Amino acid sequence: MSWFDNWHLPKWFYQMASPKWFYDFGARLQPWFAGLALILISWGLVWGLLYAPADYQQGNSFRIIYVHVPAAILGQSLFLFMAVAGAIGLIWKIKVAFMVARSATLVGASFTALALITGAVWGKPTWGTYWVWDARLTSTLILLFLYTGVMALNQAIPDRSVAGRATAILAIIGSINIPIIKYSVDWWNTLHQPSTFTLTSKPSMPPEMYIPLLLMVIGCYCFCAWLIMQRTRNEILDQERQSSWVARYLED
Amino acid sequence: MMSFMFAIIRRDLLLVMRYPAEMLNPLMFFVLVVALFPLGISPEASLLSQVAAGIVWVAALLATLLALDILFKADFADGSLEQLLMAHQPTWILVLAKVIVHWLISGLPLVLLSPLVASMLFLPAEALPTLMFSLLVGTPTLSLFGAVGAALVTGVKNAGMLISLLVLPLYIPVLIFGTGAVAAAAQGLPVSGYLAYMAAMLIFALMITPWAAAMALKVGQMQG
Repeated sequence: MSWFDNWHLPKWFYQMASPKWFYDFGARLQPWFAGLALILISWGLVWGLLYAPADYQQGNSFRIIYVHVPAAILGQSLFLFMAVAGAIGLIWKIKVAFMVARSATLVGASFTALALITGAVWGKPTWGTYWVWDARLTSTLILLFLYTGVMALNQAIPDRSVAGRATAILAIIGSINIPIIKYSVDWWNTLHQPSTFTLTSKPSMPPEMYIPLLLMVIGCYCFCAWLIMQRTRNEILDQERQSSWVARYLED
Repeated sequence: MMSFMFAIIRRDLLLVMRYPAEMLNPLMFFVLVVALFPLGISPEASLLSQVAAGIVWVAALLATLLALDILFKADFADGSLEQLLMAHQPTWILVLAKVIVHWLISGLPLVLLSPLVASMLFLPAEALPTLMFSLLVGTPTLSLFGAVGAALVTGVKNAGMLISLLVLPLYIPVLIFGTGAVAAAAQGLPVSGYLAYMAAMLIFALMITPWAAAMALKVGQMQG
């Protein structure tokens, strides 16, 4: 714990560690994310669902991609986000970072579940089945299991600061393992059966199909930023309810 | 440092010797779970020999999981864990000693028992050395990742179900490569690649898990 003693991060990083400062900072930032999310998601949805051309093979059923892909991307990146927030909390002993990680857990798990559900709904008309043991589906399912492990541990430990640290360790170990799991599942699948369906290799989507998807992904990131900030701020109010500034804020 | 580690190993092995049931129960569980599959699927030798590797590996996963309780639970309950953590020795040494004990009483006996269960499931004889070797390389990884889970839930009530939720997803790569190696051996294909990957996972687990489990133990001491 000595190599970063003489190493200073920008001032805002330390300010973020103060629950009150984070609460106010979040309040100023949230409308921007909410507005951006609203604009981008409605723009992307209307364009994607109504105006984008239908797929020449899948027809209109491909349009679920505008929900499915952002959900899958968010589910994966929020696990990493959670691990990074937890690591920041462990290294710099920042309480707010644990609250952020805790807030992100349920959001990430929900998006992962949404990706699985929309994938199943999409799979039925396209592949004729709700579920195949395809490598990508399987690793997404395992990701959901990792999320439920983190949530279960969080629920099981009543002391919030202990729970925050313990889940941070689990999230770090889990995120280190994600590439290994993904790689081994990829290999397992190609071993046992030829990969019948590849979701990745879309032969270059035309831009009028691709740009709405991009809008949706960015919009969902903004939505998550807004949601995690809101959940973190609620968490701050809950955990800091003894302090005077919370009482003062709640009176106003 | 080394003498501390050996003292812990010696002490824990002695404790286990006093209550042999702690060591025998996971083994009986292992054989019992394997015996359930022919009853549940089919006694057909041709079918069982195809799924034998998967059954043995899943049973091994569950049996090591069941034995994770012995890692830290008793020491936490009687307070000796707290003393060990204050012993002016690196905590990861303590974790490593505990993992070695766990492997000696759960992983190694599974390796030795595997010919028995393999013949119960009609595993082709030429795949048996690979099964034993894959268990030999794979079960220490299970013990290492299990130690993180066990350390995280010390002090949590009714941790049995919780620990399996935490640990089983991390066991999946070991399961895949373990069964893959045996399947390849049964078909007469080279297996060294699989075993090399399993060895790499073991080394990787040795690098990160003692640190993580040590940290989790210290965090666990903060409560109560």
